[in-house]
Amino acid sequence: FMQRGLDSQTKKQLEEEEKKIISEEHWYLDVPDLKEKESCIIEERSFLRCEDLLYGRMSFKGFNPEIEKLMIQMNSKCKEDKIEEDDKMEADVSDEEMARRYETLVGTIGKKFLRKRDQRVLKDDDEDEDDEVEEGNSNTRPSKRAKKMFLKPHD
Amino acid sequence: MAAERGTAAEALVGQVVLPGDLLLLPAHYDEDAEGERLRLSAGTAPQGRLLCGPGLRRSGAGLLVTKCGLLRHRPGGGGAYWVDSQQKRYVPVKGDHVIGIVTAKAGDVFRLDVGGSEPASLSYLAFEGATKRNRPNVQVGDLIYGQFVVANKDMEPEMVCIDSSGRSSGMGIIGQDGFLFKVSLGLIRKLLAPKCEIIQELSQLYPFELVLGMNGRIWVKAKTVQQTLIIVNILEACEYMTAEQRKQALAKLSGN
Repeated sequence: FMQRGLDSQTKKQLEEEEKKIISEEHWYLDVPDLKEKESCIIEERSFLRCEDLLYGRMSFKGFNPEIEKLMIQMNSKCKEDKIEEDDKMEADVSDEEMARRYETLVGTIGKKFLRKRDQRVLKDDDEDEDDEVEEGNSNTRPSKRAKKMFLKPHD
Repeated sequence: MAAERGTAAEALVGQVVLPGDLLLLPAHYDEDAEGERLRLSAGTAPQGRLLCGPGLRRSGAGLLVTKCGLLRHRPGGGGAYWVDSQQKRYVPVKGDHVIGIVTAKAGDVFRLDVGGSEPASLSYLAFEGATKRNRPNVQVGDLIYGQFVVANKDMEPEMVCIDSSGRSSGMGIIGQDGFLFKVSLGLIRKLLAPKCEIIQELSQLYPFELVLGMNGRIWVKAKTVQQTLIIVNILEACEYMTAEQRKQALAKLSGN
């Protein structure tokens, strides 16, 4: 039925005929499409949605601290308490101070993770600013060190 | 059967309804209402859809009552109507948190007794941090707090101990010790109501831990056996005590 010597065209024709046969056998509805009525009523069999019940696990007077945390979490989802305000009040450090601290912090910790060569470059740059006498030497040193890159071998 | 003329739903809120009563809803919930009518009464029409809760079924023009009890209404969030009825036998409902007792281990699945008509199944992968190699340590007779993910009258109920984001959020195996007992479903709903006086008063007595399952099961654990039993007795009795009797009983206990 699928013979080797068939041309691609005849193969295609055969496939199309097969498809036609199959799709004709498919059942389809002759009935015109019913308009879907939008219903405004939802049926619900659980009391949870109707009455806004609390979460079932509870703990009192610190018997189980994890569950007490959970109680606050679950019950605030339902009621949307003003948790945001509390967070702002509890900040000991103001936002501006945090920003200032962070600026310097990033630099100092960043230096820690530089490789040795880069650290030397940094140190020389710092020394440049301080020493004005050794201008001549210090000017050439960083430029030489900075140029230690990969040199392509000549042919 | 002659078609009954229904009464407006709002008129019956807080009154006893019987199965077979038909409740009519205001015009803007009609399925045949055209878009124009909705827009005109935009001031009065609540946003969102009406929730038809347990004990009620949607039928054509309104809601049909299927259980006897008091009709309740909640106006917020699109409105909701439901029937507040008393029952002792639990019927599994999707999304409910329940306490189950492990009765058997069948390969990869645990069978739990939840107090319904069929035992529920719980797969060992449905715990937080469980993999094929890292199995949870669950024995026959353990208590498990989980929620239903499949619960209808045609299929066996299935439970899981994680929520939709994969975290356990308090569900899972309930620890050692403690006391499990059964109460009616109405009491559980009363205890879980947002401002429940019973729970608030009890929390002033001793430190204790409480797990409430919607299938009528409560698990209590306190520091000593005596304290645990006191809490159990109060919870069982408070269904039929008035508020004053309860306060008297608690005053005696805190005095002792």
